[in-house]
Amino acid sequence: MTDIAPSQNERARFELARFERPSAISFLGYALGLVIIFWCLAGAGFSLEKVASSPPRFADFAARAFPPNLEPQVLSRLGWKMVETLQIAFAGAVIGVILSVPVALLAAKGLIAGPWVNQIVRTGLSFIRAVPDIAWALVFVVAVGLGPFAGMLAIVIDTIGFCGRFFADDMEATDKGPAESLTATGARKLDVVACATIPGSLPAFISTSLFALEKAVRSSTILGLVGAGGIGIELKVGFDLFDYPTAMTVILMIAVVVIEIELVSGWARTKIIGEQR
Amino acid sequence: MRDTLSSTISSVTDLLLRSQAAPDVLTEQTGATFAPVSPIEIEARAVSKTFGATPIFSDVSFRLARGEATALVGANGTGKSTLLRCLMGLIPTSGGSVHLLGQQTNEATGREMRDIRAQVGLVSQKHNLVPRLSVLSNVVHGLLGKHPGPRHWSHSLAPQSSRETAMHALERVGLADFAHRRADRLSGGQSQRVAIARAIVGAPKVLFADEPCASLDPSAGEDVMELFFRLVRDENVTVVFTSHNIEHALKYGDRVLGLAQGRIQLDATAASLSFADLRGLYD
Ligand SMILES: Nc1ncnc2c1ncn2[C@@H]1O[C@H](COP(=O)(O)OP(=O)(O)OP(=O)(O)O)[C@@H](O)[C@H]1O
Ligand SMILES: [Mg+2]
Repeated sequence: MTDIAPSQNERARFELARFERPSAISFLGYALGLVIIFWCLAGAGFSLEKVASSPPRFADFAARAFPPNLEPQVLSRLGWKMVETLQIAFAGAVIGVILSVPVALLAAKGLIAGPWVNQIVRTGLSFIRAVPDIAWALVFVVAVGLGPFAGMLAIVIDTIGFCGRFFADDMEATDKGPAESLTATGARKLDVVACATIPGSLPAFISTSLFALEKAVRSSTILGLVGAGGIGIELKVGFDLFDYPTAMTVILMIAVVVIEIELVSGWARTKIIGEQR
Repeated sequence: MRDTLSSTISSVTDLLLRSQAAPDVLTEQTGATFAPVSPIEIEARAVSKTFGATPIFSDVSFRLARGEATALVGANGTGKSTLLRCLMGLIPTSGGSVHLLGQQTNEATGREMRDIRAQVGLVSQKHNLVPRLSVLSNVVHGLLGKHPGPRHWSHSLAPQSSRETAMHALERVGLADFAHRRADRLSGGQSQRVAIARAIVGAPKVLFADEPCASLDPSAGEDVMELFFRLVRDENVTVVFTSHNIEHALKYGDRVLGLAQGRIQLDATAASLSFADLRGLYD
């Protein structure tokens, strides 16, 4: 048996400080970080008074909003609005996902387009993502008029911004081996992409698409605020008319539907991808 | 058609002119009773490759005749896979030139390159099958060089003749019964046999194999090598394969090229080499 207890010498060598002393530069960095946080709080109009006074006001709202409006006519009207919301979300997400595939092919490095095209398309996608969905909805309301179609177009664009980028990342990350083997037998780039790259990225595509769908459902619930269809309009009207019980019903409905969609999509993700390893 | 004919003629004349200068390449044709003149199908002239500032190899030259099986050996990281990629034109060389089937690859257009590669097959260490597709679709993909377009994206869309060709290739590797199995539901040895079927389905003139049995157990590896070389010997295919298995290199190669310290340190017929000669490359 050998003695494994550390010798005196070793003990000294193993005695490391538990915390490192910050260097002057990192100390300055921390200080600067704190200053920035306070500056931002000031800019955001942070006020302890308002925080302190909000619980009573919130309680007042809650008292006026509860119980939520559960009249059958209201429920059926809101229910149909919710159906419209989901129609907008699904139609927009499906079209967006389909259009994202060719866009992503152009955005992904080393697939079919050169580096310049990659960069231009990626910049375009960044721009699409930089503009909030509600702003896209405003733009399309101007372009095609009030109503759900404007909302659907906003979802399509939003989905392309999201899926175009992540599909491209997914394809860049897939195993290059099958693509190389097909290239070596003289297959064209497009054939290689169709036969090796896309099938290889499919699980990632499905996962990304399900996230896009969740995102579309969340977006579609507020598009109505700017007149682009869906249940959001009911929320706005409820608050504008101080009809808090109806507004509360809308909020609860949205919450239930969004949570439901997340559950279903999580289930679908494990079902489709988990099984395929 | 005329293109291939004229390129064959030119490579034959090329060869006749050259054979005086470099007879060593042509002397070891097995079993021929008359002076054999096989066209040179792969030629590397002073090929070098650097990745960024890192030199991998330089001044690599050799000429491989039709039907010759060449083993490329060398320690890990000496650039065997890189050299194979350069020979197939999958990555550009940093210097020198490669002539594959009578065409200089760094001067060929994309289209010409695809036409050359349509006569080439690749089997690599990882079988590189597309996991979610059927075995048959994977084999049909091997025909994409000859038949581009969506009909060969899946076996379901493929013309009957292509499906039959693919089934025949599967039959030759003994996996016809697995045609509809998903490619990721196969064992390593089966996957590698499917990869071989995909490489031979287009009746290539040249086959590259990068450690074709490295991921297999010794017995499955032996089976795969046996099968591979039985198939290619029948068809007079030119083969370049890499292997860390010295016995395989000597048993299946007609010729052995040894890569070490960025150079070809060894170029000899397998018959003239011993286990110890090759072992020395790794020190
Ligand atoms: N795309 C690349 N970019 C930069 N360096 C690379 C690249 N590919 C390979 N290398 C380097 O080139 C050298 C040769 O690699 P290569 O894969 O050709 O070796 P090998 O002889 O096939 O080795 P092994 O026996 O392990 O397969 C290695 O040092 C590797 O790190
Ligand atoms: Mg290698």
